[in-house]
Amino acid sequence: MTSVLTETLMNRLSSTPVTAEGAGDDRPGPGNALPLLNEIQHALTRFVETGERTVIDLTSIPFAPADQQRLLEALGRGEVEATINALGPTRVWETAFPGVWLVDHRNTESARLILQVEVTDVPDILKAQPEDVADGMAALQERIAVLAQETGA
Amino acid sequence: MSDPMGFLLWTRGPMFVAAVSVFALGMALRLLEIFVLGRAPNYAEPRAGEWGPGLRTVLTRSLADSGTFRHAPFNVLVGWIWHIGFLIALLLFIPHIELIKSVLGLHWPGLRNPAVDAATVITVVALIAVLVHRLGHPVMQRISTLDDYLAWTVTFLPLVTGYIAYHRLVNPYPLALGMHILTAEIFLIVLPFTKLTHIFTAFIARWYNGAIFGRKGVES
Amino acid sequence: MAQPKTLGDSLRERGVSRRGFLKFCAATTSMMALPPTMVPTVAAALAKARRPSVIWLSFQECTGCTESLTRSFSPTVEDLIFDVISLDYHHTLQAASGEAAEKARSEAIRTNYGNYLVVVDGSLPGPDANPGFSTSAGVPNLQILNETVAGAKAVVCVGTCAAFGGLPAAAPNPTGAIPVHEVVKDKPLINISGCPPVPMVITGVLAQFLTFGKPPDLDQYNRPLAFFGQSIHDRCYRRPFYDKGLFAESFDDEGARKGWCLYRLGCKGPMTYNACATMKWNGGTSWPVEAGHGCLGCAEPSFWDAGSFYKALSVPTVPVGRTLAAAGAAGAAIGAAAAALARHRQRLASTEREPVRVEELEQKQ
Repeated sequence: MTSVLTETLMNRLSSTPVTAEGAGDDRPGPGNALPLLNEIQHALTRFVETGERTVIDLTSIPFAPADQQRLLEALGRGEVEATINALGPTRVWETAFPGVWLVDHRNTESARLILQVEVTDVPDILKAQPEDVADGMAALQERIAVLAQETGA
Repeated sequence: MSDPMGFLLWTRGPMFVAAVSVFALGMALRLLEIFVLGRAPNYAEPRAGEWGPGLRTVLTRSLADSGTFRHAPFNVLVGWIWHIGFLIALLLFIPHIELIKSVLGLHWPGLRNPAVDAATVITVVALIAVLVHRLGHPVMQRISTLDDYLAWTVTFLPLVTGYIAYHRLVNPYPLALGMHILTAEIFLIVLPFTKLTHIFTAFIARWYNGAIFGRKGVES
Repeated sequence: MAQPKTLGDSLRERGVSRRGFLKFCAATTSMMALPPTMVPTVAAALAKARRPSVIWLSFQECTGCTESLTRSFSPTVEDLIFDVISLDYHHTLQAASGEAAEKARSEAIRTNYGNYLVVVDGSLPGPDANPGFSTSAGVPNLQILNETVAGAKAVVCVGTCAAFGGLPAAAPNPTGAIPVHEVVKDKPLINISGCPPVPMVITGVLAQFLTFGKPPDLDQYNRPLAFFGQSIHDRCYRRPFYDKGLFAESFDDEGARKGWCLYRLGCKGPMTYNACATMKWNGGTSWPVEAGHGCLGCAEPSFWDAGSFYKALSVPTVPVGRTLAAAGAAGAAIGAAAAALARHRQRLASTEREPVRVEELEQKQ
């Protein structure tokens, strides 16, 4: 299918009025947003008092369709946003509450693998890993050697 | 039959057919015995009709007369409570309505689950009270037979197992549900051969009482 | 012969950074339904894990389980797991065919004796059935299974057919199909039921083997508790509607559109144990109940014979109307006959009654 055809179809699809009678925002779902926010608050308290890092895996929690969205909206956005390209894109962003981060691991097709809340100063995945640093050192030495050779220094 | 799902499917399959068949056969047998045996011919002139008073009495005897009530208030009140609770749990619980719809083709609106749950708890408590009363009352002790205790047991078990299954207190669920269905099937099988036939015969007896009084021109 | 590479080495060689490896471990840990605190343990184990040989046997199956697996939506993670395992034999996926394929199987068995994983999908004709119902290269399934599991480290039965008999074993079971566990009794065996199983459950179990080298905790049907320990009913997002007694009565009615409970439309969620309600399908897109259709109970034994998919769980699996009527008629006949006999005897007794006279009575005194 050409991309023009796909685009036309997608436009048609999105302009078709489909009424899904959701029960709205006062639907009695498992209501996981509030308990999770409480858990995050406890984790943040622990981090402040002892420096302990907490990770909460949102992917393993059964959310009613609108519930996870409600949680993410409640957490909001902060000052930091980062993208990691390793085995597909991973997006990391700080929520409106410093120290509370969201880590969104996706695969090479940008489909979500896992979504985690991480309560810490900097998420582990952003830090440079010792093995990679070691590999990088070797590569840097090689690059310097090659450049030195080229400029005849 | 050796695993929970096999057990559940057995209770929902061959055992159900067997239980319902025994119930139908037994109950039809008892009822036809009663009707075909009939009554001795009454050579006195009838003073009035039978059917009107008969049917009226079926309804009016639902309320105990004041003498009975004063004499045995516990039996009357608690009896009413557990009978009504039992009927609510049996006939107004939506999964049961689905069952009846599939077998008899009849259906009606049900109550919300929490209401049926509450009715079940009240019924179970009332039934325990009834048993305690039977075991403790001197007259009841003398006149109670195996039939009485058997009838109590087969009535009590489906309510308790139903509560357990609904609240998933036993795992895995197929085992819990299978137990409930099995106890209900035992109830059905035992019914025609015990005093539980009063489900039908009580109304026949009430009609009969009203009818003979009516024939004599006497209010009943 | 050189030691086979570890997973850590394989990934490094492929240019996957340590960060990428940690991402892989985080996803795998989540897939195995383990808490995030286990990631370091998983990472340490995976880095050292060696490439296990896997022999995949397909018997009486529809290939849905293989399809489910290969259509997985997180190709990075599943791909890696499958790149890492050495899939030495798989009918549908392998390039070789015929004698070359069978030779690959016997080679793998010989080389890795005692250490390879056997994965089975499909049920097989039992020892009392006609073996001709299902053969491969002219060899009956039962024989292949017995030969192949002899040197296996463990057996993983993928799909309800391999785990419980599934569709071939449904009434009247014309091929005499039996599940794998009725044949394999002396090897660690894991059942991953489902028709098909949730793909991430399959890879989660394989990841478990990769990481810890042993099966996870199992329920009484040998299914991993991590994925089969909760019923659909207990994890269903529509549960509040069940608890409140709000049910859809027919498809697309008002209740259905409001997302009410599907119990009356045949949902078998209460009796079914699987991960669909949490892990969902198609990469977490949706699952049957969310799409408006009741759960079929496909991860449970005999689900094909458990009554209509569209009749409630409380409804019996067999029609009872005729039997009921017949039993009632029989009872009525017997009752009427007994009563008629009694009346007859009564009448006879009254006609044969001899009147008693006062003199006779006085004499007796």
